[in-house]
Amino acid sequence: MTHSKWLFFLGCAIPTRGISYEISARKILTKLNVELIEMPEFNCCGLPLDPINHEAMQILAAKNLALAEQQGLNILTLCPGCASTLKKVNKTLKADPQQKDEINQHLKETGLTYNGTIETKHLLQFLKEDIGLETLKNVITHPLTNLKVAEHNGCHILRPKKIITFDDPEDPQTLKTLIEATGAECLDYTDKTQCCGLPSAAINEKIALQLARDKLNHIKKAGAQALITICPSCHTMYDTNQPRVEKTFDETYRIPILHYPQLLGLAMGLTPQELAFGELRVNPEKITQQLATPTTQKLDVEPPLRPELVSEIEKTITNGKFTKVENFQKEYMLE
Amino acid sequence: MLSKLGEITVMTEISTFNQGKEQPIKASEIDPTFKYELEKLPGAEKIFLCFQCGTCTSDCPIARFSDSYRPRTLIHLAHLGLRDRVLNSDTLWLCSACFTCTDRCPQNVEVDSIIRVFRNLAIEKGYIPQGLRDQTQTLLETGYVSKVPESRIKKRETYGLPPLPKTNPQTIKKILKNIPFFDRINQTTATATLPQPQGDNKNDSQ
Ligand code: SF4
Ligand code: SF4
Repeated sequence: MTHSKWLFFLGCAIPTRGISYEISARKILTKLNVELIEMPEFNCCGLPLDPINHEAMQILAAKNLALAEQQGLNILTLCPGCASTLKKVNKTLKADPQQKDEINQHLKETGLTYNGTIETKHLLQFLKEDIGLETLKNVITHPLTNLKVAEHNGCHILRPKKIITFDDPEDPQTLKTLIEATGAECLDYTDKTQCCGLPSAAINEKIALQLARDKLNHIKKAGAQALITICPSCHTMYDTNQPRVEKTFDETYRIPILHYPQLLGLAMGLTPQELAFGELRVNPEKITQQLATPTTQKLDVEPPLRPELVSEIEKTITNGKFTKVENFQKEYMLE
Repeated sequence: MLSKLGEITVMTEISTFNQGKEQPIKASEIDPTFKYELEKLPGAEKIFLCFQCGTCTSDCPIARFSDSYRPRTLIHLAHLGLRDRVLNSDTLWLCSACFTCTDRCPQNVEVDSIIRVFRNLAIEKGYIPQGLRDQTQTLLETGYVSKVPESRIKKRETYGLPPLPKTNPQTIKKILKNIPFFDRINQTTATATLPQPQGDNKNDSQ
């Protein structure tokens, strides 16, 4: 197996709410002989600043790209938001030398220059293009036969199609194929490509929770034993907030939500402990036990929910409160 | 949701800070220059190509569960020159930037970018949702958009994960200082008055 070296871009969401994603991804990448180099310096990819000022977003992204260029390595990230932001800015600036010069003017004082010499890939695209299905199939030692799961790609990994070109946003195949490589069955369901709603949660929680309920209803109806995600934000919406969705709408799901590397890791023979299954809010015992016992019989006992945790949403909900920009500037950074 | 003949009525879908109900358009509200201004802004160049087919709204996941958020209507209001109704609209902030509208628009209008341009203009005009304000503050202080709680950092050690990469908030302020909204960041006082990043987060119980 060829050895490859990538600059690992964690982003903000992974350290705050994606530890099991990070742990499992690092484990499978090590097994796949991929060397991860940590970013020597970093800041938020820039995406959250886009609603405030588009150029500010571009500057933050370009700074990260410039830092990566100094290392001479391509970026690998687990967060579709970071991946699409870095890609989008890279693509725009490469195509527009004038804009590139403008952005470099802003970066000047820090001694950094953006040149456009590196690329960014999300784990999913990396597994598809750089590892490849054949290699992946060779490392599967514990095929997950008898496991029926559903996939959730999320938005930034697929759209806009003009920027993200490695899959078809209307009929995505990459994640499905990668799931099937583990031996599990990937079920089809209604509104597969629908947004998880997390970005809207801070303005209107009800809408976000309704979107999550919609998804959970569809995958429950399809008979999926777990949902597989590749985004820390989507995962928060379906795992961390699942009890909240259940409570709000008086539903029962208890559907485990696994990060794709956790699923792949199981099929590579890693243990649930090694893959940080203990960090999942919805107890995944039902599936781990089924995989451990050589029977197709499903457990009928519902495992208990993990102790109540304060949901991400509860923390971010501000009920659409608005504040004057001037107040903000006065309070925090005014002259 | 219908326009009455004789008296143009704006759809109830758009609520503003001051009004949540249908309000007839007053001539004084109309700013015919608005759309030309938009057309020059990166991201909104194709606003004139919109022929109001409604594909964006019908495929929008937020519109599906919201009584008020309608991307097509926002573009329509901009066409009509109703600057304040667009920019004061609290529903503007509901878009989850899923890009479905942009991918499916038969006219290749970059709907999500137009919404983003509206947001940028709304901020210029002086309004920012609380959540976004808090995020921006954290970003300027720590380099991360949300504070990484001490408990998480400890947990990383327990799991044997490498330490989080260093950030350099001072350089962030430097590179953003010529950008509207951030342009009033004063290097010296900012360091003095900005609250220091908190080691622990009270809200964190994970
Ligand atoms: S889909 Fe495109 S053309 Fe149709 S209403 Fe929306 S922006 Fe306009
Ligand atoms: S990008 Fe915004 S407006 Fe467009 S479909 Fe998604 S949520 Fe709706």
